[in-house]
Parts: sequence; C-alpha cells; structure tokens
Amino acid sequence: MRTLFSFHGGVHPPTHKAESTRTPIALAPIPSKLIIPLWQHVGNRSVPIVQVGERVLKGQKIGRPEGKLSSAVHASTSGTVSAIDMQLVAHHSGLPDLCVTLIPDGRDEWISHVGVDVTHTSHAELRHLLRKAGVVGLGGAVFPSDLKTDAHHHQIKTLVINGAECEPYITCDDLLMRERAQDILRGAELLRELLQAEEVLIGIEDNKPEAIAAMQLAVTQAGYRNMEVLCVPTVYPSGGAKQLIRILTGIEVAAGVRSTEMGVQCFNVATAYSAWRALAHGEPVLSRIITVTGNVREAQNFEVLIGTPLDELIALAGKQADTNRYIMGGPMMGIDLPSGTVSVTKATNCIIASSLKLFPPPAPVMPCIRCIRCADVCPADLQPQDLYWFAKSNNFGKAQEFNLADCIECGACAYVCPSNIPLVQYYRYAKSEIHERSVEKLAADKARERHEYRQFRIEREKTEKAERLAQKERDAAAAKASFEAGLAAAENAQQQTINEAIERAKVQAATAHALNTDALTQEQLAKIAEVDARRAKMRELAATAGADDEPPKS
Amino acid sequence: MISALWVMIALSVLLGIVLGYAAIRFKIEGNPLVEKIDAVLPQTQCGQCGYPGCKPYAEAIAKGESDINLCPPGGDEGIHKLADLLGVEYKPFGGDAQPKAKAVAFIDENTCIGCTLCIQACPVDAIVGAAKQMHTIIASECTGCELCLPPCPVDCISMDKIAEDISNWKWQHPVIIPIQAVA
Repeated sequence: MRTLFSFHGGVHPPTHKAESTRTPIALAPIPSKLIIPLWQHVGNRSVPIVQVGERVLKGQKIGRPEGKLSSAVHASTSGTVSAIDMQLVAHHSGLPDLCVTLIPDGRDEWISHVGVDVTHTSHAELRHLLRKAGVVGLGGAVFPSDLKTDAHHHQIKTLVINGAECEPYITCDDLLMRERAQDILRGAELLRELLQAEEVLIGIEDNKPEAIAAMQLAVTQAGYRNMEVLCVPTVYPSGGAKQLIRILTGIEVAAGVRSTEMGVQCFNVATAYSAWRALAHGEPVLSRIITVTGNVREAQNFEVLIGTPLDELIALAGKQADTNRYIMGGPMMGIDLPSGTVSVTKATNCIIASSLKLFPPPAPVMPCIRCIRCADVCPADLQPQDLYWFAKSNNFGKAQEFNLADCIECGACAYVCPSNIPLVQYYRYAKSEIHERSVEKLAADKARERHEYRQFRIEREKTEKAERLAQKERDAAAAKASFEAGLAAAENAQQQTINEAIERAKVQAATAHALNTDALTQEQLAKIAEVDARRAKMRELAATAGADDEPPKS
Repeated sequence: MISALWVMIALSVLLGIVLGYAAIRFKIEGNPLVEKIDAVLPQTQCGQCGYPGCKPYAEAIAKGESDINLCPPGGDEGIHKLADLLGVEYKPFGGDAQPKAKAVAFIDENTCIGCTLCIQACPVDAIVGAAKQMHTIIASECTGCELCLPPCPVDCISMDKIAEDISNWKWQHPVIIPIQAVA
C-alpha cells in the first residue's frame, strides 16, 4: 500500500455531483450551428486556413497552429463555413475573439483519417500528431499536450493521471472513467511511453467509487504492471495539478518551476483519452464530455461537439425559466459567461445554469478582520490576508515577496471568508498588473537596447564618415604633394638643364678661342691708338664741316 | 613619542596607498544613480520631457537639474517610482504633460512616398523601408513616441490606440460597494 501525502488546508464545499451522475453520457445531437473559437489553448491563436463559404468535413483542420506554443483547431462536423469573425467567447473579460462559424449539413461526414501504430512510430512523430490533432489539457488548463510530452530535458519518474475532479458539480471525468476506462489507460500508457516515465499514478477522489472500481478493473484486465489507481481523500482542491502531485508523490512544485524538473508530469484523464483517440484512431479533438447541471430539469453529462452554442446545450438538459446566468467550469473557479450565445471549447468541462435560488448574490463585503481562516485553508500555504492587503493597496512588490505567484486561484480563501471579500479577484488583479509590468519592463529593456544600438550605430557611422573624409583629404593632399613634387622636379630638371647649359656655355666660353685683340704687342697697340686718333680727328672734321652729316661709321 | 609619530605616519601612508589603489581598481564608470533612474523610465525615447531621450533625462534628474514629473509615458506610477528611488516628494504632472493612452504608429502605405524621414526620426529603429520604397512600422518594436509624425511630409503616419482584446485584457481592481447604514 502506497503512503499518500497531504497538502495544507483545503475546504469541503457541498459536492452536488450526484445530480449529474445518474445517467450515462449522452451524445448531444449536432447543433444548428457551431461557433468554433480559434483560441482554445494556451499560447498563440490558431490561424484560420478555410474560407467563408467553403465546405469542410468532420475532422478537417480549420486553424493551423502558429508558433511553437499553439495547437490546431478542427471542424467538429461536416458543413459550410458561414463566417470567420469576432464572436463572444467564454472568457473572464467578456470580450469577443476570432471564431469560425460552421453551419452543419447534418451528414457528419468524416475526412479520411487513420490512426498510427503507436508502438512503431517515433516519439517525435507522435508528438507532432498530438499537435496536429489539437490535443490540449482538457482538465481546464488547455496547455498543448505535445509540449508537455516533450520531456527529454528531464528524467521523468512519475506520470500522474488526474482523475480527482475536486470541484463541486463537475462529473465529466467521473463519467468518462466509468465508461471509457480502457481508452484512458491506453492513453496513459502512451503518455508514459512518450515521457519514458517509470510509473503511472492515477489519482481519483474517494467520492467516486464507481470510477475507481472501473479504472482498477481496467488496470487489472489490461495487466499494466507499473500503473496504480490511488484513492485520494475528497478535499477541494485536490484536483489541482500541484496538489495532486503533492498528495501522490509528496513532491512540492513551486511557482515558476515545472513539475518535470522534479521528475513528475501530470495529465488529466480526458487528455489521456483524447491523446489515445488522436494517435490510435486519428481522431482530432472534436468533442468532449461536458456536465450540464445546476438549474436544469435533467442534469447530465453530454458528449458535445466543440463549438456548440451554450443555449442549445442547456436546452438538451431542460432549461428552467428562472435561470439568470451560466457558469462555465465549477462554482469555485468557473467563468461567468456573458451570454448563452457563447460556445463550448476544449476547456469547458461543466456548464452550471445558475438561478438566484441556487447561487444567491454575494452578501455585502465587510472589512477584513484578520481571522486568518483563509490562511488555514490555503492549499498553497500562503498568507491570503496579507496578499489581499497588498493587492488592495497596489503594493505589488510586496505581494510578489509573499509569493503571490504560487496562488492557484482556487477560491478556497474566498469560500471561507466571513467578510465575503472576493479575495481571488484581488489576486487576479494583482497578478495581471504584475504580469503587465513585467511585459512593459521587457519592452522597455528592448527599446533601450535598440535605442542604444541606434546611438552607437549613428556614432559609428559618424566616425566612419569622418575617417573616410580624413582619408580622402589625406589622399588629396598626398596627390597634390606628389603633383607639386613632380612639378618641382620638372622645374628643377629644367633649371638644371639651364644651369648645365650655362655651365656648359661658361666652359665653352672659357675654352673658346681668344679674340685677336686680346694679346697685342706694343707695336700693334700703338698702331691701334694711331688709327683711333685719326678717326677722332675725322669725326671732329666732319662735325665742323656739317651738323647734318653723320659721323662716318668706323 | 617619536616612535608613535612614525607609527601613525606609516599607518596613514599605508592606508593612503590602499585607498588610492582601491579608488583606481574599483572605479565605477558613470553615475550608478543614472542607471537606476534610467531603469525606471519607460524608454519610449520620445523627448516629451525636453531631453533628447530617456538617458539624458535620467542624467538631468541625477544632477538635480530636472523635475521628476516630466515623463508622461511613465505615468503617475513612474513619478511615484522616481520619488521613491530619489527619496523626494511625489509631484503631480505639471501643465500640459499628461499621460496618453498607449498607441502604436501606423503608416498608410498608399500615401507613403518613401522619403525615409521617419526612419531617421525613429529612436528605436522600428521603421523599415528604403528611399523611394514603401515604409512600414514594426508594431512590436514601436514605443509610441510620435517622433515620426512631424517629419512626415505627406502626413501618412497615424497613431493607433492599442485596442483591448483577450490577449492584453487585464483584471480590474475589484469595486466594492460600501455597506450603507440602514436609516
């Protein structure tokens, strides 16, 4: 016998599960139209790949996954695409999102689909098929299963299959385990194989004896040796992944830490079932089991096509006149739906029709009296009263210091609060503010980096330009210098030739023959003087003879 | 007496050497306060504070030359953060400096003539394009600083407010209706 652990706190709200477990799962008929949201999973919204007016077959992909963290979306039945537009979706915000509206033709005609031999297909291929089949966590978190089965970074010891279903009113997993235990176990075995886990622990709350019996029987019949069905005490929120891991293995998973790092991975029973259907039969996630309960005539579980409008689903269970609103999910963590026109998604496990009698409006909020009942029941071992105080006063830094991120928003604190304070709303508010700030911080850091790089680039371009200019100038100066040098050289050469010529001339002159008058004897000199004297005399005579007369040239 | 004097002198010289070495070895480049202030600023680089970017504004605040209430994109919260960081009193926004809703620039690509003026104005290189080619904004990098608006000769850039959808929706502070005394 395995020893079970326990987590801190927890509450015991009335379960209201008996109403919807009296009858087996009924197959909901094809509705008059299907509004299939393209964003039914954690990550990026799928991109529509069909056109308005196009005829699609059951199981045909209508939204392809975008990016790594995304999943595919398929047509739940055959019919015609009548619109791809913004429609109200099941979300806390009550805002519209992109949906594909499909008018079924009633023929429910399948696209050709075959399963694979799971034992002879590579793990990477199986994971790819999970992604293509749009398999996501059907417990409510809708995280793409292909990424969760990729555990080659860590050695996984334990695979936890979550059949706890702790929230009041919800019985879809209970019924699924009762009726389809074999396929769940096949899926679990497949997931174990993908994760290379040593053991599979299936945790089911002890208020579901039929489900436990069915699962145990299936395990014995199939003879899975490393699989164990464990009966866990009924306490809300034992179905939280972290809480169930804690109960079954004693391992505590902190915020920001993946359970795979601790050697544990957790899947919901419905996810294991749909993973098996997807791989072994080639059927994408087109429908899921949904509990329709609360203020209806016949509470029951239905197998519903994804995209079925709420109104048509509620009508199947018998709508009561005094229904004032709908809750998707359980009363503790569910979403208040904006209207009955929204459609069911992969995350929808339960629809509660609410009336004033069933869920009276909350009593007026009173001040916190610090009774610490919230701290007593907090399954994450937090101090909700302090977190409330910090969130209320926008002191988010302090809230983070008090581990707000570890809060799983289970609502146990608000459930026991004697002052009726909507504590979870405060935590959600603080969490989304913190998230926004971190996103802004990242954006600011990126902008700073880009700006600094730009400054650096401009500076670099400037210096490069300056350098280029300087280089150019230097080149120009050098060219000029060389030109001038050439010029000067040419001049020099000319000068030199001139000088040389002069020199040469001088030398020539020096070496030239002497004049015949240079070296005269006394006699010759005397003769010359005599001739000169005679000429002078003749000039004198000529001058006296007539002024007009030119002197005779010698 | 003399020996005591020598001891003191030796000690002071030794400590002086140690301190002098430490001053060189552990010298901090720049003012660390500027970095801290810069980390608080939203990095839109919009210049609405009157300085050519967030860093210069941070430097001016660090020097005490500028007020802390000049950054509209930082919002009221930014002023509170700066006030906390610097240990000064909170000051509300003065005059026409008022925070605006977040927006992202959008280029009407039919009107764009490809003049590259906006590319030169963008402080975070969030506009792609080339001369005589159509330009476009990388929306995820745009800080909404509006610096690209004035240089555009054909007024083809508009600021689109970021609409609320499921991806950016956030929880509001719970509104509690106070209990009223029954008369």
